[in-house]
Amino acid sequence: MKAAVIVFPGSNCDRDVAVSLERTTGRPPLMHWHADADLPEDLDLIVIPGGFSYGDYLRSGAMAARSAAMAGVRTAAAKGRAVLGICNGFQVLCEAGLLPGALMRNRSLHYICRDVYLRVETTDSIFTGHYAPAQVARIPIAHHDGNYVADLATHCALEDEDRIAFRYCTPAGKVTDDANPNGSLDNIAGILSEERNVLGLMPHPERLADPRLGGTDGQPIFASLMEALS
Amino acid sequence: MKARVHVTLKSGVLDPQGKAIAQALQALGFDGVKDARQGKVIELDLEDGDTSAAQARVDEMCRQLLVNSVIETYRVELEG
Repeated sequence: MKAAVIVFPGSNCDRDVAVSLERTTGRPPLMHWHADADLPEDLDLIVIPGGFSYGDYLRSGAMAARSAAMAGVRTAAAKGRAVLGICNGFQVLCEAGLLPGALMRNRSLHYICRDVYLRVETTDSIFTGHYAPAQVARIPIAHHDGNYVADLATHCALEDEDRIAFRYCTPAGKVTDDANPNGSLDNIAGILSEERNVLGLMPHPERLADPRLGGTDGQPIFASLMEALS
Repeated sequence: MKARVHVTLKSGVLDPQGKAIAQALQALGFDGVKDARQGKVIELDLEDGDTSAAQARVDEMCRQLLVNSVIETYRVELEG
């Protein structure tokens, strides 16, 4: 599996996800600077990492979505290549129109950095195949703008097409308002594109993908990709 | 020529910041505030030219970058 991580000014989880990818694939991913338009065409996976690209100016992810490297990401996504956006990466993918909806300020107005519980809502994807159906995963969030919004038609399409990948839930797997950390519509924490080759999620799987970090509930995403793309 | 772009959240989109502003105003004793919505203003300094062409160009800027049409709407004022 040949992977690349796009690095923007203000990215701060690029190295964390690179470590997770290297542990999974056995080789380091290509670190691709945002200003370089010439993204290699033979990539199996492109990761848009977490952080605060361009200082969240204008809107979170807005500037990064229009950067030179994103043209290559669009082309790759259109060809069916896997694209994974984590946290700020999810915001970038929504801003770029590769995923529907938008991520607004958390309803509490607070920046939230803590572990949350996610229910795996579909295992029918190259990202989630290594989870069990309805498995509850403990994965950290660290964001100010994670409040997912979409119009009714988009919400219905996501639901009907089995494109909601993760929902915030209680440790027992119940999807409740109390378990929703940021006010996201329908407790949505991650969604798939229509073709299921693009996943955006607010939680950080790369932060709990090694026992030394206190958990491995994020690792199945990388293992799923490795199996699907190798 | 100056263009002032007013970007606001679409009606129906919850605005947690606006809500906090309304609550803060109420806490300060401004009883009559039923609701508040927060937006932003972007001022552009444009090369002088035809007003309708400027309007079209600013619309295109809004479409490509300044406004996220999923959640926001906008209004443009041109002057000078």
